[in-house]
Amino acid sequence: MKRGLLLWLPLAAFIVLATVMIFGLHKPDDQTIPSKLVGTPVPEFMLPAAAQGLPGVSSRALAGQGPHLVNIFASWCVPCAAEAPQLKAIADAGVPIVGIAIRDRREDLAEFLGRYGNPFRAIGADDQSKVQLALGSSGVPESFVIDSKGIIRRQIIGPINPGDVASVIATVQGAQ
Amino acid sequence: MRALAALVLLLTPLPAWADSGMPAAPYANVQLPDPAQEAKAKALMETLRCLVCQGQAISDSNAELAGDMRSMVRERIAAGESPEAVRAWLIRRYGSWVSYDPPFDHTTWILWLTPVVLLVAGLFLARGSLKRRRR
Repeated sequence: MKRGLLLWLPLAAFIVLATVMIFGLHKPDDQTIPSKLVGTPVPEFMLPAAAQGLPGVSSRALAGQGPHLVNIFASWCVPCAAEAPQLKAIADAGVPIVGIAIRDRREDLAEFLGRYGNPFRAIGADDQSKVQLALGSSGVPESFVIDSKGIIRRQIIGPINPGDVASVIATVQGAQ
Repeated sequence: MRALAALVLLLTPLPAWADSGMPAAPYANVQLPDPAQEAKAKALMETLRCLVCQGQAISDSNAELAGDMRSMVRERIAAGESPEAVRAWLIRRYGSWVSYDPPFDHTTWILWLTPVVLLVAGLFLARGSLKRRRR
C-alpha cells in the first residue's frame, strides 16, 4: 500500500509544478526595475550645468530646498517629449522640478527645451549615466520625489501621464 | 571628389544601437592597461545584467547604458575597488536582480538546495534497486 502511494508521488509533484508554471505564464511580464533607494537619502552627486542660463544640480544644493521632483530625461528620448506638457503643468502648480539630462549634447538639449518648453529650475548634465546609476534608475524618463530632508519618497518609472499629474503634485507637496 | 566624400562617409562611425549622439564613456569599449585588473573587471561584467536589454550581461550588450556600466566597473576596479564591492553597490540600487550570481537567501534557497536534494534522493533510489537486483 505504502509503496503504491510512493509511485504516484512523481506524478503529483509534476502536476503541482505544471500548475504553478501555467499560472506563471498568465501573469503579465513586468520589466520595470524599481530603485531600492526609495526611502533612503539621495546619494551625493554633483553635475555641471547642461543648459545656458540654468544652474547645474548637486545633491547638497537640493537638500535644503524643500520637496521637489527630480526628472531624469533626455532630448533623444521620445516618451520624454510626450511627458513635457505634464511636467509643465506640474511646474505651473508651483512644484520645483530639477532635470538630469542623460547623455545629452548641449545643442540638442537647447533645441528640445526650445521646442517643448522648460519646466526645470536647474538641469545637470549626466554624460556617462553616472548619477542615473547612483540613483538606481534604469531608463528615461523616470522621476523621483525627494522630500525636504533629502529622502527619496517615490520613484515614477516611465513618463508621467496626464492622469498622473494631480497625484504627482500631491505627492511632492505632501513630502515635507 | 565623390570618392573622397564616400571615404569620409565610410570613415564616420555609425554606432549601430546609438540612441543619444554622445560618444561612449571612456572605458566602455577600452580595456584597462593592467591585464590583471582587466581580467577582474571582465569576470565581473560577465555576471552583471544589463538594465535595458534585460536578458544580456553588460559585457555582451550594445546598449549605451551597458557601455556606461562597463566604464563604471572598469574605473572602479582601476581605482582599487574589489569586484564584490562594485557588485554590492549595484545590488544596493537594483536588487540581486542585477547580478547573475544569485546569493543564497530566503527567495533562492530552493534553487540552490533542490539539486542536492534530488541527487541524494537519486542515490537512495539507486541503492535500493541495486540491492534488490543482487538478491
